[in-house]
Amino acid sequence: MRQLELPSRIESVEEAALAADEFAKSCGFGDEITFAVDLAVRESVANAVKHGNKFDDSKMVQMTMDDRAEGFEITVRDFGSGFSVDDIADPTDPENLLKTNGRGILFMRSFMDEVEWENPADGGLRVKMLKKR
Amino acid sequence: MADITITERQAGDVTILDLVGKVTIGEGSVALRTTIRRLLGEGKNKILLNLGGVGYIDSSGIGELVSSFTAVKKEGGVLKLLSLTQKIQDLLAITKLLTVFDTFDDEASALSSYN
Repeated sequence: MRQLELPSRIESVEEAALAADEFAKSCGFGDEITFAVDLAVRESVANAVKHGNKFDDSKMVQMTMDDRAEGFEITVRDFGSGFSVDDIADPTDPENLLKTNGRGILFMRSFMDEVEWENPADGGLRVKMLKKR
Repeated sequence: MADITITERQAGDVTILDLVGKVTIGEGSVALRTTIRRLLGEGKNKILLNLGGVGYIDSSGIGELVSSFTAVKKEGGVLKLLSLTQKIQDLLAITKLLTVFDTFDDEASALSSYN
C-alpha cells in the first residue's frame, strides 16, 4: 500500500495522478485500468481540494493506493464538512446538460467498478474506489 | 511546461483553434476560457475547436467546453468540435453531450457546415 498527504491546491491533482500512474505501472496493471484509475484519482482529488477542503491550506487530502487481490483500490479523504452524494444533481438530465460542473462523480462511477462514499466520525468525506483486474 | 497549447487559424469567417495537450482543472481550462472570451471580444463567434491533439480531458475541461459553447451561443455564434479522440468521444457520450455539440471528423466538412 502507498499513502500520500497532499495540500489543498490544484497542483495536488496532477501530483496524485502521477503517483497513481507510477503505482499502477509498478504493480503491472494494464492501460485500461491505469486510465480509469488516473481519471478517478484526478476527479476525486479535485473534489477533495475544491469542494471538501475548499482550498484551505490547513487541511490535507489523504490518499491511499492498494494492490489488492480484487484489483486497484484507492481511497481519497478530505477534512471538509462532508456531503451526501445523493444531493448531486444528475448531470445527464436534460435540464442539467449545460451546467458547467457536476460530472466528476459520474466519471468516477462510470470508469471504476465500485465507488463508495462515507462520512468518517471525525469529519470530512472519504471515497473508496475499486477497479477490478 | 504549460498543460495546453492553443494555436489560432482563420478559415474564412471561422476561427479554428488547434488544441494540443490537456484540458484539465487549472491551467488548461483557464487557457481555453481566456482564448474563447478574447475571440468573442474581437467579434469572432464562429469557432471550431480541433481536439485532435488533446490527449486528456477531465470533468473540469468538459465543463469548460460547455461553458465555451454557451458563451459563444449567447453572442449569436456557433462552437463546434473537430477530431475527437476515442476517449473524448466516450466522455462526451457518458455525459450525453454528444447530443449538444456538433462534432466532425474532418475539417472540410466542419467548415462547410457553418455556411
